[in-house]
Amino acid sequence: MSAPAGLPPRPAAAAAAFPPGGPGSSLEAAAPASGAPRCQNGPMQSQMQFPSGYGSHLPNYSAPSGHYSQVPNKAAASHLENQYRASYYPGYYSAPAPNAMAPVGSSMLNAQESHQLYNNAPPHSGGSSDRPVQGAVSSASYLHVSAQQSYSAFDNHYSTSVSSSVASQGFPLNSDHYAMPVVSGAMYPNVSYPPVAAGGVYGQTFTSQSLPAVGQFKETNAFSSQSTSVPHSLQQHVPVGYNTTLSTVSSAQAVQDNLSRNLTGSIPKVNNQINTGGIDSSQPVHSVSQNVPFTKPGAGTSAASAAMSSVRSPAPSLSSKPPSSPSVTQSPELALQEALDSSSTTSSASPVLNNYDALEGGGYPETRSVTSSPVPSPSVLQTSKASKPFGYGYPALQPGYQNATPPTPVQPSNPGHHSGFQHYAQQYPGVNQLSSSLGGLSLQHSQQPESLRPVNLTHDRNILPVSSVPAPVPNLNSDLRKLNCSPDSFRCTLTNIPQTQALLNKAKLPLGLLLHPFRDLTQLPVITSSTIVRCRSCRTYINPFVSFIDQRRWKCNLCYRVNDVPEEFMYNPLTRSYGEPHKRPEVQNSTVEFIASSDYMLRPPQPAVYLFVLDVSHNAVEAGYLTILCQSLLENLDKLPGDSRTRIGFITFDSTVQFYNLQEGLSQPQMLIVSDIDDIFLPTPDSLLVNLHESKELIKDLLNALPNMFTNTRETHSALGPALQAAFKLMSPTGGRISVFQTQLPSLGAGLLHSREDPNQRSSTKVVQHLGPATDFYKKLALDCSGQQTAVDLFLLSSQYSDLASLACMSKYSAGCIYYYPSFHRSHNPAQAEKLQKDLKRYLTRKIGFEAVMRIRCTKGLSIHTFHGNFFVRSTDLLSLANVNPDAGFAVQMSIEESLTDTSLVCFQTALLYTSSKGERRIRVHTLCLPVVSSLSDVYAGADVQAVVCLLANMAVDRSVSSSLADARDALVNAVVDSLAAYMSTASNLQHSMLIAPNSLKLFPLYILALLKQKAFRTGTSTRLDDRVYAMCQMKSQPLVHLMKMIHPNLYRIDKLTDESTIHVNDRVVPQPPLQKLSAEKLTREGAFLMDCGSIFYLWIGKNCDNNFIKDVLGYPNYASVPQKMTQLPEVDAPSSERTRSFISWLRDSRPLSPVLQVIKDENPAKTDFFQHLIEDRTEAAFSYYEFLLNIQQQICK
Amino acid sequence: MESVVFIFSLIDCCALIFLSVYFIITLSDLECDYINARSCCSKLNKWVVPEVIGHAVVTVLMLISLHWFIFLLNLPVATWNIYRYIMVPSGNMGVFDPTEIHNRGQLKSHMKEAMIKLGFHLLCFFMYLYSMILALIND
Repeated sequence: MSAPAGLPPRPAAAAAAFPPGGPGSSLEAAAPASGAPRCQNGPMQSQMQFPSGYGSHLPNYSAPSGHYSQVPNKAAASHLENQYRASYYPGYYSAPAPNAMAPVGSSMLNAQESHQLYNNAPPHSGGSSDRPVQGAVSSASYLHVSAQQSYSAFDNHYSTSVSSSVASQGFPLNSDHYAMPVVSGAMYPNVSYPPVAAGGVYGQTFTSQSLPAVGQFKETNAFSSQSTSVPHSLQQHVPVGYNTTLSTVSSAQAVQDNLSRNLTGSIPKVNNQINTGGIDSSQPVHSVSQNVPFTKPGAGTSAASAAMSSVRSPAPSLSSKPPSSPSVTQSPELALQEALDSSSTTSSASPVLNNYDALEGGGYPETRSVTSSPVPSPSVLQTSKASKPFGYGYPALQPGYQNATPPTPVQPSNPGHHSGFQHYAQQYPGVNQLSSSLGGLSLQHSQQPESLRPVNLTHDRNILPVSSVPAPVPNLNSDLRKLNCSPDSFRCTLTNIPQTQALLNKAKLPLGLLLHPFRDLTQLPVITSSTIVRCRSCRTYINPFVSFIDQRRWKCNLCYRVNDVPEEFMYNPLTRSYGEPHKRPEVQNSTVEFIASSDYMLRPPQPAVYLFVLDVSHNAVEAGYLTILCQSLLENLDKLPGDSRTRIGFITFDSTVQFYNLQEGLSQPQMLIVSDIDDIFLPTPDSLLVNLHESKELIKDLLNALPNMFTNTRETHSALGPALQAAFKLMSPTGGRISVFQTQLPSLGAGLLHSREDPNQRSSTKVVQHLGPATDFYKKLALDCSGQQTAVDLFLLSSQYSDLASLACMSKYSAGCIYYYPSFHRSHNPAQAEKLQKDLKRYLTRKIGFEAVMRIRCTKGLSIHTFHGNFFVRSTDLLSLANVNPDAGFAVQMSIEESLTDTSLVCFQTALLYTSSKGERRIRVHTLCLPVVSSLSDVYAGADVQAVVCLLANMAVDRSVSSSLADARDALVNAVVDSLAAYMSTASNLQHSMLIAPNSLKLFPLYILALLKQKAFRTGTSTRLDDRVYAMCQMKSQPLVHLMKMIHPNLYRIDKLTDESTIHVNDRVVPQPPLQKLSAEKLTREGAFLMDCGSIFYLWIGKNCDNNFIKDVLGYPNYASVPQKMTQLPEVDAPSSERTRSFISWLRDSRPLSPVLQVIKDENPAKTDFFQHLIEDRTEAAFSYYEFLLNIQQQICK
Repeated sequence: MESVVFIFSLIDCCALIFLSVYFIITLSDLECDYINARSCCSKLNKWVVPEVIGHAVVTVLMLISLHWFIFLLNLPVATWNIYRYIMVPSGNMGVFDPTEIHNRGQLKSHMKEAMIKLGFHLLCFFMYLYSMILALIND
């Protein structure tokens, strides 16, 4: 059908598609229904119906659309199916949905009407049910061909071993199977063509296919025309076996690209419609729609070229590889290289072929196919189809499978289908062998030499890498590596897991995971499916590392239980194919998001509810934070994540608690004061939390009035406890987020605190007390809140001691976050004010997940025994997170309970179930796969020093609270001493007089020294208790990347930035100065240095710094005239200024909370802050790096 | 008189045994995820003080009635109970803290402790029973 035709029905269809139970439930309903149709899908019926599916899909063009179309094919008449499609569709590609929906919707309608979908599907044709329209027929024929090809491929795989001869027939795909994904994966990041590529393929098809297509164009749209044109291409190409194979390969490549795109989610470049609302939707459909324009012109050169590029890679790989060998371990680079090398001839030839092939895929698998198809075993295919409509055996299934695929042909996905198919075939052996062969084998040759190269720490002074320290890559075969979870989300301290606890103990390194599960992702496959496939015994979500025993069963990679593949899972929405569960997005991505059904809800998804609890005592008014907060809120009121149900409320407190009635209809906000703080109550429970949209004017009035309302207050007391109790009461019916702004020690009512800090003890080297909470009030409150799905976020803006150790509990256990602005003052401390402003902007607008729980599962034999982060551990492995925000990191410690000798891979899976701000229940699943090793040296080779240090920091925080700071410091030092001693004892050939570390751990002592000098753990240097506690809180809740900057800042020299070694980011040239050692020896008076401490940038300017630099970058004529408190770099039109600013903004872009820049001159009081971060230098209280090394060496020798 | 002391001790010991069993059951419930940490801890914390008192009373009683051996046997356990109760950090919600019970193997050590106490109380039970019968016969 044509897109235009499809459009009108869309809304109705969509509406109809959604059953009362919501999308999720509809899926489930569809599942059983789909079973029957599928069975019928067998050769005969499928042939009949396919055309329809084909036609319907064509308009969509994208793989996803194919998916939908297929559904109708299967269950032509079933209403449920339609629902399925609809639900699936929006969920998957939410943003593009509107564009793509149209065809789908129409098709769905058709489906409802009758089995004659196909008739409807090609809209231009008025064909009867018995005989498809001309176009459809042609497509069918093509389909047939493709089916045969795939079939043959299949055949080779299953019925016969794959032989080299197959390759000539188009089997190459099989061989490609492994190389292909790699290639595509490798290429994808570099090349932004994917959408274009798809389009390109189309475009090429059109161009190549000439007139008939054009004619079709006129009639309907490009898609339909394609379908019609298919016959031509078919005729041309079919005869040539080799060409066809090529085409399939290339098309497969394209498909894969497409697939990857689809899976990975939105393509920012192609379409700028990235949902800010927090729904990361993949937009393949959209891309498709974009493709259309390319295709229409027909000869669209750009599209064509893109297609060419996409095509190229597969072809070479194909040629290079023998067809069989599932475990081919060709490196992606190599494949890529080859792809690039591939001659233009192949590519030029292939695009057409691709189209052709794609077209083929879409047709009916009828008798024609037999005659025309070059594939070796068409007859077999036919017979199977004819005899068994249902997929009984695997081969039997295939026909259906193939049938299913046809719709895709026009689209790039079609090739994907083929490739996928072969992929599948190979996958079985591949997956099965993974554990045995692939797991740890590659270790020996690749990683080991480098990561185990002994480094003499006392001699090698320059151990810092030039740029940032990369995360070690687990030693897996390239396929698994590609599939593995990004180290940004999921890192393990040991990327080679020791086989036994004894081995782990020998290594003396902690085993644990560092998680950043809710990270902002640019690409995230979102899956809507009625059944979320999980292991029946351990409830693990299906993931890329499970093994498919056969087409119908999969083996859980965590508990090893064999599970059935649900019927619905057999159908692949991306390729619109049936019978290749391994190609499902769940199995192709280690990070996926599911739209959960009502099974995952205890109650209807809650609305976004925000409550602000504001300190308005004299102290607070004096500091002036209210102005900044209200301003930020006013600016971001419309950007608060939420939907039409979003609610908001305000409570202020000093010695009393004030509520604000914002009920719609009032002329102005009404303040209600409750002075009975011992028994707090809600004056008007219904009108304090109001709908943001209905009462927006009142809210704005209040925000405008609030900063001036308390200007003359003389109230110095703070009744924080009662205010929190009131907030809890207000929030408990719904749950949500409470943001508390506090500026002093709470002094009234429940939860009052007393100053515990002795200023004379600040620089004590012995005992640091009061790191733990003084009262359990805040902890209890937090647990109450957590139970009611309410998180408390604390903003502490105080100038004196406020007992953060106690106050922080309210956020720690309710999964909130903590912000601390020491000596905050709006005018006296502009840097802090600016920071608050920026933090608030991020805080208010960032994504948020409500009523979340997170579960971390790991392979049988491993167990998690300690959790770090802000949450409440509700049961052994279930973390209760009232709110989850994208800036929260978590850590867990693990132990090896049972020996892992019988496995070569272990997996970890985190599943985060949350309610999005739009009221959708979603599950984000990350899966990490790591090899198991049996030798100590391998364990060291895989050590991830950053993760180790971050985990140790978390452990040290616990230790200092539960025991003492001195204990924690000793433990940190011992961690280095023990692990290095253990390493040196394993490497017998080393000289024991030297301090040797494996290359993977060469930064370990440096980082530990940095930790010891960090605010949280340092002694001997004056550190305010709140600062220390805040640093500890951050260690527990920051994700690894940010934590590392806190521990070990990056120092760059920026006065001589050049254009050498630059990188290009969004059309900006970003210079990449090398990392400098954190030592004063690197500072010169002639230079200017930038220190990146994560939350703050220090720009240190030497006394004799080049005046040109000062003039160009800082905007002042000379050194003396640079002001003391400078936090902004002016925009000067000079290359050096441009470079500096682009470098700084590049650094800023990499983190959620925009750091404040502080310019430091020699005599600046902030200079000490800067120099404290030069951790390699000696201070009165602490070792220099070299001394520290000597100390370690001494202890090792002892 | 002596028989009265032992009858009381016996009853008290029974109560302590039941308490230990209750602790074990509740903790294992938590282990199996039948209840959540919050309710588990609030249940258990309620009975920490009664346990301390119950055991202290027997210990003191033995001291008063000059049963040195039994007193010395009870003393370490009673001391441990009191020490544990006193040493709870100010910010914690009792001996059993829901926020920490799943960390660092605390659950396991609590379980172990409850088991050991159960064994100890059973031992004491038979000792008291024997002493009581002896005392009754003597009377």
